[in-house]
Parts: sequence; structure tokens; C-alpha cells
Amino acid sequence: MRFLAAIGAATLAFLAAIGRIAIFAGQTLSHLIRPPFYFKEFGQQLLQVGYFSLPVVGLTTIFTGGALALQIYAGGARFNAEAVVPQIVAIGMVRELGPVLVGLMIAARVTSSIAAEIATMKVTEQIDALVTLSTHPMKYLTVPRVLAALIVVPLLTGIGDIIGIFGGFLVATKTLGFNEATYLQNTADFLQASDILSSLAKGAVFGVIAALMGCYYGMNSGRGAQGVGSATKASVQAAAILILAANFVLTGVFFSA
Amino acid sequence: MIRLKDVKKSFGSNHVLKGINLHVPKGESMVVIGGSGTGKSILIKSVLGLVTPDAGEILVDGKDATQGDRDAFLARFGMLFQGGALFDSLSVWQNVAFRLMRGSLKRPKEEAREIAIDKLRRVGLKADVADRYPAELSGGMQKRVGLARAIAAEPEIIFFDEPTTGLDPIMSGVINDLIREIVVEMGATTMTITHDMSSVRTIADKVAMLHDGVIQWAGPVSEMDASGDPYLTQFVSGSADGPIEAIR
Repeated sequence: MRFLAAIGAATLAFLAAIGRIAIFAGQTLSHLIRPPFYFKEFGQQLLQVGYFSLPVVGLTTIFTGGALALQIYAGGARFNAEAVVPQIVAIGMVRELGPVLVGLMIAARVTSSIAAEIATMKVTEQIDALVTLSTHPMKYLTVPRVLAALIVVPLLTGIGDIIGIFGGFLVATKTLGFNEATYLQNTADFLQASDILSSLAKGAVFGVIAALMGCYYGMNSGRGAQGVGSATKASVQAAAILILAANFVLTGVFFSA
Repeated sequence: MIRLKDVKKSFGSNHVLKGINLHVPKGESMVVIGGSGTGKSILIKSVLGLVTPDAGEILVDGKDATQGDRDAFLARFGMLFQGGALFDSLSVWQNVAFRLMRGSLKRPKEEAREIAIDKLRRVGLKADVADRYPAELSGGMQKRVGLARAIAAEPEIIFFDEPTTGLDPIMSGVINDLIREIVVEMGATTMTITHDMSSVRTIADKVAMLHDGVIQWAGPVSEMDASGDPYLTQFVSGSADGPIEAIR
């Protein structure tokens, strides 16, 4: 009986957490469409989430694209299919690895940063101070971050896709003996508009998840340094899991049948 | 001006406020004293709506503080937080002018900056502090910046939460004097919470002692030392012997 009670309690806690996050997302959406809007904070977040994430996105995707090319070449050699490297690198990066890796990197870099910053603000009464200064914390902190992520993470995903394909191109042409022009031609011929659109759409969803989790756990942080640490850890875990789950669902929506 | 009627607040089984009744008339400086963890901060946060009471009424000018236009209500208040609560990402002048750069009190940037520098001077800080960031300031300077922010929009009501906590006696004296000067100068209604008796003697017109979730004693500061209330007497004298348990 104790075992069943423990499962029941964990299930209820899980459902309650989902409910709280859904309410938080709903509140964010409602503040997103109602003034006042804080354009300066939004601009700062575009830089923080987008521009400053470029190096980590670029490095992650170029190495992954390169490794993918090596793997496909080695695996393809087992059934004389080495020539498919450009096509598989392109489809692998654009449909799956690009958006997922960018999403996870954003979760690591941006979600953690947002959660730690907002949690620290909560612990040091800065959130209370915002309220007493007639500024709604959701409008001032959450909306600019979520909106910036919604806009900029698809762009990062597109850039990550290109850099990943370029990584595969470099490895294939410099070490595996592929012809440069043929490689690029095969890549361009194989990719379809729906592949690119699905990649950007995934990026938008992952960006919203990453920013939302950072804000939610930051706003609901416990007290003290331990509270900030726990909020940061929980935000990254939740963002990473939700991104992978959302990727599964979106892949099913875009590519099933 | 501010009236609390039987205000109660619990966190789980911890009944922090068990029925607070308190009146702060317009233009008066009320200081609420009490031991650590007795709910002094919860009391002023309840008035501001940062904490929702479980029961009771909070009236400001006879109107329910939880009803009506929230922005207009909060625009009447200024607050100095215990740790300053300055925004790390903003410069000192942007912190001070925060309310003047957005919402109903918004002014042009240059004007807001001028007002901020003027308020910084009022609390004894030079203009060159304006472009620094909170992390570059000492604790005493951060408190002064917090004080400048609290008075920037010249509010009718100002709350001070432990204004001298963490400061040395000289800086505590400076902050206490500043608060008293500003309160007299602005004619504001103020509530200060503290357990620093030098603050009480400098700032207060009236004193209320919070103990065990209720106002144990309230009266003019001039009557505090001869109140005859055993709780207040023990608190004022700082004695370990008396009705207040030293280990809580």
C-alpha cells in the first residue's frame, strides 16, 4: 500500500507541477498581448538570448555536423552507400540535430541564466521592489525573455543548421575526398522547404520552452543560495526534458504519414 | 490614514499574524518593533499587497487596500527594503528614477536623471555615484540609494524595512537622521519596522510592539520607557529575563 501511495503522491505532484506551469504560460501569454510593453528590456534579451548564444551554437553544430559526416561515411561503407553523406548530413542536421542541439544549448546557457537571475532577484526582494514600483514582474521580466526567445531561437536554429551542414561539408571534402561542388549540389537538391520550416518551427517552440522554464523556476525559487541553486538546476532539467518531448511530438506532427 | 483591522496571516501551521489592529494617522511616523521572525515584514508587505492576508481588513484613507486601481494605489507608496533591493542590472540613477521612467509618472529621460541626482544629493551621495552600479557600492551607500529610490516620486506613504540592519553605528545614525529629516520635510506618513532602538528613538512619533502575532503595546515614543508593559520593557532593555523567551 505504501508503494502505491508513493506512486500516487508522485503522480499528483507531477500533475500539479504541469498545472502550475500551464497557468504560468497562460499568464505570460495574457501579459504578452496587454500593455505596457518594455521594449528596452526586450532589446536587451534579444542580445542576451540570441547574439551571445551564437558562439556556443556555432561550435556545437559544427562539431556535430563533422562527426555526423564521419559516422555516415563509416556506416554507409558497410553497404556501399558512402555517397549519401551530403543528403543524410543535411536532413539529419535540419530536421533533428540542429533544432534539438540548439534547444539544449539554449536550455543550458539561457534557461540557467534566466532562472539564476530571477531567483536571485526574488531572494534579494528585487521582485517585491518591482511590484512596489508599480511594475508587474511578469511584464518586466518574463514577457521580454519569452518573446525574445520566440523570435531569436528559430534564427539561431537556422544558423546552427547551416553551420552543422558546413561542418559535414568540411569533413567530407577535406578528409573523405568528396567534391565540393557536388556535395553542395546534393545538399541543396535534397533539402525541401518543409524540412527548413519544421526546423524553424521547432526552434520557436524550444525557445519558448527554454525561456518559460527559466522564468517559472526563477519566480518560484526557494530562499537563500540553496533556493537559487535548486531553481537553476530544476529549470535546466525541465527545459531539456520538455524540449526532447516536444521534439518527439513535433517530429510526429511534421513527418508522420 | 492606514488602518489594520484584525489582520491574520498563517504559513501552514505557523500563525504569524493572529489579529493585528493598528492605526497610523496621516503624517505620523509609526515604528513597529519586535523580535526577529515575529512577522514585522509580513505586516508591511500585507499593506502593500505583496502578501495576501488570510483574514481582516486593511484600509488606506478608509478604502480597502485590495480593491481599486492597483497602480494608482502603489504610486502613493515608497519603500526602502532591508537589503536595498536595488536592481543589479541598472545603474544607480536608473534605480532611483525607476518609477519616473515608466508608467503613469513617466518623464523624459534627462528630467528623470536630474531628479535622481537631486535625490541622491538629498541622501548625501555625490552625483558621480549616479553612473555606478549597485554592486560597486558599500552597504551604507546601497541603503542610501534605496532611500533615494523610495522618495524619488515624493510618495505620501513610505515604508522602511529594517533601515539600519547590517550597518555600523555611525552609518545607522546617519540613515536614521536622514529618514527623520525626510519624513518631516515631506510630511509623509511612514511605517518603519526595526529592532534597533536607536532607530526607534530617532524616527518614531509612535511605537507599536509586535509580539506573538498581535500588537502587544502601542503608544507615543515618549511613553515607551515608562510603559509598564513587561514585554516592551524587556525588549527596550534588551534583557534575556522576562516574558519573551530568548530561545524561539
